Amino acid sequence: MIEARDLYAGYDRQPVVQGVTLRIARGETLALLGPNGCGKTTLLKALCAIHPAHSGSIHVDGDDLGRLSAPQRARRIAYVPQQHRLVFAYSVLDVVMMGRLAGRGLIARPTPADFAAVHAVLGQLGLRDLAGRSYAALSGGQRQQVLIARALAQDAPYLLLDEPASSLDYGNQLRLLELLGQLRDGGRGVLFTTHHPDHAFVVATRVVLMQAGRFIAQGTPAQCMNREQLARLYALPADKLDQAVRAQRWAQQAV
Amino acid sequence: MRLTLAALLLAAAFASLLFGRYDASPLDALARLWQGLHGQRPPLWTVIVELRVPRVLAAMAIGAGLAASGAAYQSLFRNPLASPEVLGGLAGAAFGAALGILLGHALWQVQLASFAFGLLAVGLTLLLARLVGQSGIVVLLLAGLITGAFFTALLSTAKYVADPYDKLPAITYWLMGTLSSVDAHRVWLTVPPMLASTAALLALGHALNVLSMGDEEATSLGMPVRPLRLLVIGLATLLGTLSVVLAGMIAWVGLLIPQIARLIWGADNRRVLPASALLGALYVLLLDDVARTAFPVELPLGVLTALVGLPVFALVLRRVAVGWSE
Repeated sequence: MIEARDLYAGYDRQPVVQGVTLRIARGETLALLGPNGCGKTTLLKALCAIHPAHSGSIHVDGDDLGRLSAPQRARRIAYVPQQHRLVFAYSVLDVVMMGRLAGRGLIARPTPADFAAVHAVLGQLGLRDLAGRSYAALSGGQRQQVLIARALAQDAPYLLLDEPASSLDYGNQLRLLELLGQLRDGGRGVLFTTHHPDHAFVVATRVVLMQAGRFIAQGTPAQCMNREQLARLYALPADKLDQAVRAQRWAQQAV
Repeated sequence: MRLTLAALLLAAAFASLLFGRYDASPLDALARLWQGLHGQRPPLWTVIVELRVPRVLAAMAIGAGLAASGAAYQSLFRNPLASPEVLGGLAGAAFGAALGILLGHALWQVQLASFAFGLLAVGLTLLLARLVGQSGIVVLLLAGLITGAFFTALLSTAKYVADPYDKLPAITYWLMGTLSSVDAHRVWLTVPPMLASTAALLALGHALNVLSMGDEEATSLGMPVRPLRLLVIGLATLLGTLSVVLAGMIAWVGLLIPQIARLIWGADNRRVLPASALLGALYVLLLDDVARTAFPVELPLGVLTALVGLPVFALVLRRVAVGWSE
């Protein structure tokens, strides 16, 4: 279990995350929702020690995160950043291999078993044909999938994903959600941020609503994501929300 | 492919022993070398062992070291235009050498001053970046720019006050880069640490791949970013400074050779680093052969590496630069 208590985190002494307490257990998918700039990414980065927290505590399976070495952390927590660009033209295989070798020290070299594992992950995500392609030449959605593949190759019990569906097409969004469900059922602890409340309904066992660095609600999707909470979370009048929901019903009507 | 390159390098190194200013044909040299191996010591044997072997070793160590540290810095700074001089070490080493010449010390003292000021300059860069208080690579690059410019200004001052008939030409010629003052003693002192540092950089291919993804991702992928960065900077500084100690400024090898290596072997540093080291060694070795044999007077090696390397770079630039604009 990842357990954060009374966490403050941010940049240059300016706390963005303000007094958050959170648990992520193995075998659950936790969706983190909130408006832009509310501190979701900062929270994720604090949870995998990319940015040290200002105060509060984070424990992973009982161990203080700050006392674990970088390789030890990488063996426990995998992180999928929002998409990015690379300077060098690494192949997709190279990028995913970085995940596979994470936590094995500075001079790790891939074995045939590592290549097999990387190809298996690429196959799982339907990316096998991209293995030799240059990462820099991929579309935004493909890059996002490669970063997810890299995190899977890391084979850590906890997975933190920062808006993993933001660049994906509709089909790949649904496939991603299915994958997150499979990872949960396989015993991993998954935390993902999203701007789509419906994603939380599809796959989350628990939902956290975050606003201005604080949690305003936690619970099952049904408990948290009612009309009033979502209108409050995104500072929308309730009727605007109703319009949006009506517009989304096309999918149900099509069924 | 890399094995071919290694074989080519060995062959070129052996062939380099047979060519030189001493009045003897390569076949003659080969015969004397054979005699020497059987216990005789003709004069040409002494030339080969005392002069050419150290020089060939120095050329290869410098080429391999500069190219490997260039490749490592490019990953470390996430910038294909980074080179071993970005942290000011080479400017510091150049000033140290000029200061040594200016004060009229013996060659070993000049080289010691060069080494000390090279390390001092990089130390100042790291200190400056730390005082600014941000750990990012941009601050480090800016600090290197400041230190480098400062030592370049000091170098200009040293040149300005140098005796124009004696010291100034010596400083200028040193800065152009040459292996003509290399001797066996210095080579045995400097080449082993250079080879060890190069080998250490070569072992860090995976770590440098991850580091080139940026500090945040490298952290999440299990890299101890700061210690790793200091390790790479330490190794590259040692290589750059020792190359200045041995040969003065050998231009552009650290920037150009890794680009060519990436063009042929892709971006993965596990391949790029060894390929760069081999290519760099071959490049400097061959150009030094040209420098010492092609014309009646010896050409400055550092000028040659630029004169040959830059047109080649210009020719391949279009292919090298794919993806840079993104």
